[in-house]
Amino acid sequence: MNLLETRNITKRFANHVALTRVSISVPEQSIFGLLGPNGAGKTTLIRIINMITGPDEGEVFLNGEKLKKNHIVHIGYLPEERGLYKKMKVGEQAVYLAQLRGLSYSDAIRKLKYWFEKFELMGWWNRKVEELSKGMQQKIQFIVTVLHEPKLLIFDEPFSGFDPINASLIKDEIIRLRNNGATVVFSTHNMASVEELCDDIALINKSNKILEGKVNEIKYSFRSYSYQVEISGTDTLLKEKLDKNFQVCDETLQDGLLKAKIKILNNRTTNDMLSALMPHGTIHALHEIVPTMNDIFIAKVNADINQNHSSSGLTE
Amino acid sequence: MNKIFIIIKREYLSRVKKKSFIVMTILGPLLMAALMILPYYVTKLDSEQKVIEVLDETGIYYKMGSNETIKFNYIYTDLETAIAGFDGDKSTALLYIPKPDMIEPTNAILYYSDKQPGNTVTSYIKDKMKYIYENRKLMELYGIDKKQIDDAKVRISINSQNIETGETNLPIATTILGIFAGFLIYFAIFMYGNQVMRGVIEEKTSRIVEIIVSSVKPFQLLLGKIIGIALVGLTQFMLWIVLTLTLVGVFQLSVGSKNMVSKQQTEMVQQGKVLLPENTTSAPVQDYDDENIRTLIKSFGDYNYTLIVFSFFFFFLFGYLLYAALFAAIGSAVDNEADTQQFMLPITIPLILAFILAQPIIENPQGPIAFWFSVIPLTSPIVMMIRIPFGVPAYELVLSMALLVLGFLACTWLAAKIYRTGILMYGKKISYRELWKWLKY
Repeated sequence: MNLLETRNITKRFANHVALTRVSISVPEQSIFGLLGPNGAGKTTLIRIINMITGPDEGEVFLNGEKLKKNHIVHIGYLPEERGLYKKMKVGEQAVYLAQLRGLSYSDAIRKLKYWFEKFELMGWWNRKVEELSKGMQQKIQFIVTVLHEPKLLIFDEPFSGFDPINASLIKDEIIRLRNNGATVVFSTHNMASVEELCDDIALINKSNKILEGKVNEIKYSFRSYSYQVEISGTDTLLKEKLDKNFQVCDETLQDGLLKAKIKILNNRTTNDMLSALMPHGTIHALHEIVPTMNDIFIAKVNADINQNHSSSGLTE
Repeated sequence: MNKIFIIIKREYLSRVKKKSFIVMTILGPLLMAALMILPYYVTKLDSEQKVIEVLDETGIYYKMGSNETIKFNYIYTDLETAIAGFDGDKSTALLYIPKPDMIEPTNAILYYSDKQPGNTVTSYIKDKMKYIYENRKLMELYGIDKKQIDDAKVRISINSQNIETGETNLPIATTILGIFAGFLIYFAIFMYGNQVMRGVIEEKTSRIVEIIVSSVKPFQLLLGKIIGIALVGLTQFMLWIVLTLTLVGVFQLSVGSKNMVSKQQTEMVQQGKVLLPENTTSAPVQDYDDENIRTLIKSFGDYNYTLIVFSFFFFFLFGYLLYAALFAAIGSAVDNEADTQQFMLPITIPLILAFILAQPIIENPQGPIAFWFSVIPLTSPIVMMIRIPFGVPAYELVLSMALLVLGFLACTWLAAKIYRTGILMYGKKISYRELWKWLKY
């Protein structure tokens, strides 16, 4: 069951197209990463989901229903560019924002107390926001986003501006919220956090979605069948010893330990490689080199750019 | 609806609780009262007696009476000695009245050293000389005695009276009332409009607007802010009115008693004949002024204040609402206050124009200028308030109000279009062309 679906969303601005028929499906109770270079259209898509702007074409479905105004209480949104009233007191402001999200005054107070204590902010309740560090302000923004326990949480660049400790605090919270039933969509450039957190991703480049799927499956589909091996008991390089089904690169031999990166060609399997290696020494380690999301991101975006270049070259 | 109320509450409370609001609320009436009371004291301060040395070769002007501000000191030498002996510290000026051969002795020269004597001094001397020489001519040439001359002097005053309501008033009081009300509206629109603009800029630059628009529509935020600040304005005006009335009441009590004292003094002085008997000219003038002021004050009581106060609040409210929407649109289009200048001009022009037109409107309160500018929504709040004390036909008032409400709706509709795009747009210098595009979204 998909909690959120967008179907063929197109959005044009005066001078450019921000989204071209973008469809994404976010499964319920999962963490969904919305990736893409700067200016790809991520924030526009998020704003459309939040009903801040409307799409020119296409539809958004929440829980199978067409998105409408009263759905907003089921969404919690942490924008990328975010701030607070600097002159207002922290507690007062948090209550105000919570009320705007539809919580009653007493509910807001009760829930805020819980979160403020959890994030060790209680002592700042009556201080002005301008006295707080940026990290603390970010925590408060995070709190008011999740406070009303929405089904769908949308974080635009949630980790920007956080130090590593607070970033991991937020990561843990995001995972906990998912485990408690929330569905999380977040956009980021931080690929490491994608690998850590995301179940699914969509990659948007220049207004087009160019990749979508489960992180594991995407990684699997981008595998290059390369392996890192370590062998001892040999004094000659593998390059000369293996046949053409195994391409050896980055080979080093030091103190009797040979390290090499081997790519399997011609539909041979790992087992074939093992039997080819075994006569040459003792195998200490062997693991597949899986592409990181970072590699995939760069490869995919560059490929997309090249493709566009060549296609535009043809039409000209 | 409920959310707008939450926004209004925040906008209102956060401003009313500010120190600057409290200070302004207290300071406003004090300043206003000071503005009314200060001139009174300034003239008192300025009343240090000026000494004018008089070298009168004609021998006619020997009886120019001194008063509290000017004292005439007669000297009897020739001009050169007089100029040589003139001491700028002791005397303000030296009045030299030469004796002409052919023409009438009505010319004089006022010599001064470092400080040029002011207009009051010159006109006072002129009045005195005129009075003396005229009387002299009347008495000597035409044989009219002094009693007859004094008896022949009359003062004319004109009051206007409304046939239907029976209100009598002085044109000057009407003018003051109209200009004052118009100015208050002008001032209020600028002050609270600016607050709206600054509020929008604050929300935009601090990026809190991003957080807020995910839970409320930009239009709700805009409306909440404008209404919240309108309530701040109304609160401030109410407090100002109450406080000013209190202050003026207190002042009137104290001045009233002072006036009594000074009157008693004058009477005593006159009875005791301390002053020269020639000082008769200043006495009627004084009386005349007093009477004038009394009529003026009295005539302020004769207006249809229900209508004026009602119209004031109506035109303040809707004039403010109309302009506040425009101010908000400007605030949303820029990244900081410095960038507002280029967009402020079109808003400022009608407001200032309305004020510049005050003069021709007062001269002809029912003329075409007055009519058109008091029904066109951008200028009507100010111009209509200037006109109302002069009396405005009911249908014109209704037309003006209806158009203002329509104008407000139209402006808000347009402003909201700019606002909802502008608040989420950063780091871009916005041109008028850009704004036009936003309107068409």
